[in-house]
Amino acid sequence: MSTKIDIYTKRRRGRIVNGMFTAACFLATISCVLVLLVLIWNIILQGKSWLSWDFIESLPSRFPEKAGIKTALWGSIWLICLTALFSVPLGVGAAVYLEEYAPRSRWRKLIQLNIANLAGVPSIVYGILGLGLFVRTLAFERSVLSGALTLTLVVLPIIILASQEALRAVPDSIRRSAYALGATRWQTVWYQVLPASLPGIMTGVILSLSRALGEAAPLLVVGAMAYVPFVPEKLSDEFTALPIQIFNWTSRPQEEFHHLAAAGILVLLVVLVSMNAVAVFVRHKYGKKIRW
Amino acid sequence: MWNRLRPVYEGLVHFSLFICASISVLVTVGIVIILLYESVKFFYDVPVLEFLTGTEWTPLLKPQHFGILPLLCGTMLVAGGSAIVAVPIGLGTAIYLSEYASPRFRDIVKPILEILAGIPSVVYGFMAIVFVSPIIRQIFPSAGVFNAASACVVVGIMILPMIISLSEDILQSVPISLRAAASALGANKFEVTVRVVLPAAMSGIIASFLLAISRAIGETMAVTLAAGATPKLTLNPLESVQTMTAYIVQVSLGDTPAGTIEYRTIFAVGLALFVTTMTMNVIAQYILSRVGERYE
Repeated sequence: MSTKIDIYTKRRRGRIVNGMFTAACFLATISCVLVLLVLIWNIILQGKSWLSWDFIESLPSRFPEKAGIKTALWGSIWLICLTALFSVPLGVGAAVYLEEYAPRSRWRKLIQLNIANLAGVPSIVYGILGLGLFVRTLAFERSVLSGALTLTLVVLPIIILASQEALRAVPDSIRRSAYALGATRWQTVWYQVLPASLPGIMTGVILSLSRALGEAAPLLVVGAMAYVPFVPEKLSDEFTALPIQIFNWTSRPQEEFHHLAAAGILVLLVVLVSMNAVAVFVRHKYGKKIRW
Repeated sequence: MWNRLRPVYEGLVHFSLFICASISVLVTVGIVIILLYESVKFFYDVPVLEFLTGTEWTPLLKPQHFGILPLLCGTMLVAGGSAIVAVPIGLGTAIYLSEYASPRFRDIVKPILEILAGIPSVVYGFMAIVFVSPIIRQIFPSAGVFNAASACVVVGIMILPMIISLSEDILQSVPISLRAAASALGANKFEVTVRVVLPAAMSGIIASFLLAISRAIGETMAVTLAAGATPKLTLNPLESVQTMTAYIVQVSLGDTPAGTIEYRTIFAVGLALFVTTMTMNVIAQYILSRVGERYE
């Protein structure tokens, strides 16, 4: 073989490498899509025959045929409502402060960096914080309240970051014209900036709440029970949640419980997908109305 | 009257918003204080050196040993394995979506990735046990029901969307003029992508890997279900291992009374976990904060 490779061979080789690379990248993309399909198909296959109204209406049980998710579902509803109650005002308030009030100083940069890093802290660490702070120090015990406060810590950084982005998207001219008419800072924020950024904030809130709904690790650390035979009625009641129930069923060796887990996952996924659909709808519908 | 009260009202609003923002700082302080407070008590009983270098972890059995290396090893095995699964597929997908795909194709694939990102981790744990582990046991009959490999696969899938969306953003931020210049010199698409765009985006892409691996280290439910609960110093992915997060769950499931040394182990392990992930996140954030400045 001659040491000199003519330019045409080189070009042909380049074309082959190019084609192979493109194919490999395409394959990677397709495999992501396939993974999702296989995952969901498998869960539907495993769980669909166990899904029934009884399953949603029944208490947990040692016997798989009788077991249901009533307490887990209600526990999740309690948790999510309380978490929203705590985290939305706090998160949006913090975002408004950072975007509209805080002077552009090094201090603000530090808080910003802190929030970005908090979003990357493993959720189980928040569970440990919740255990030390809410369960022990404040003595809320293993209650729905402790669980919701812990979930609030988990989603707070996400809500702040999303709300900040929405606030940043509001053009400065809106604020200036409000000031020009003599509005105070809070009037500007309350009557102009917040309504304009509401679709973005709502989307962020819904997405982070759906994250909270699927979270199991911090709740386990805070002390959610696997077997709770009653629906929580007040803040201090013990609780369980859908992901906890799914975890419990999955970790059992018997096949029947795996089917129950799959059915539970289907319920959870339906709720999550509908929440996501609402988020997409809000962004689509109300995002379009505002034109600057 | 109202006009005189207005400044007071404005001040009150300002103050309460300030409190909201301060809470985020207080959360960090709270995490550090709580972790340190209980850990210090733990290290009163167990020397730091023994904790960091001991090769046995049996706090719940007699005789008790408190060497975190087996947990660390399990964590790194799962994190490394999931990176091996996720990095090539994630980077390939990011390159395809950013450089090759038509806008319509992207509009289809991106929402699918968002769905993948929104699936709770306990669901991935279920998939590991019911679907991935049996396949692995068919290929490698020596594998146990609980094995690190199935955890690697599902955690790899979990961190995929994160790698893809971050890397794709970074690739998109490489100015089009660089691509145009390379094409003008006669480079084909492969050469433009691999020799120009990828090197230009490299630091940002590495930051996205760091963030994803940090996520894998902190991942809990999938790992607890798939990898089992055997703290072991091994690099064999077919064996059952225990990660730091899985240990914390194991203790939480039992009824360990507060104030005992077993109870304090979860704070010490939590501290190790927090320090590891925080370090990786800070490095990644630092790299990312510099990426945007380069082309301005």
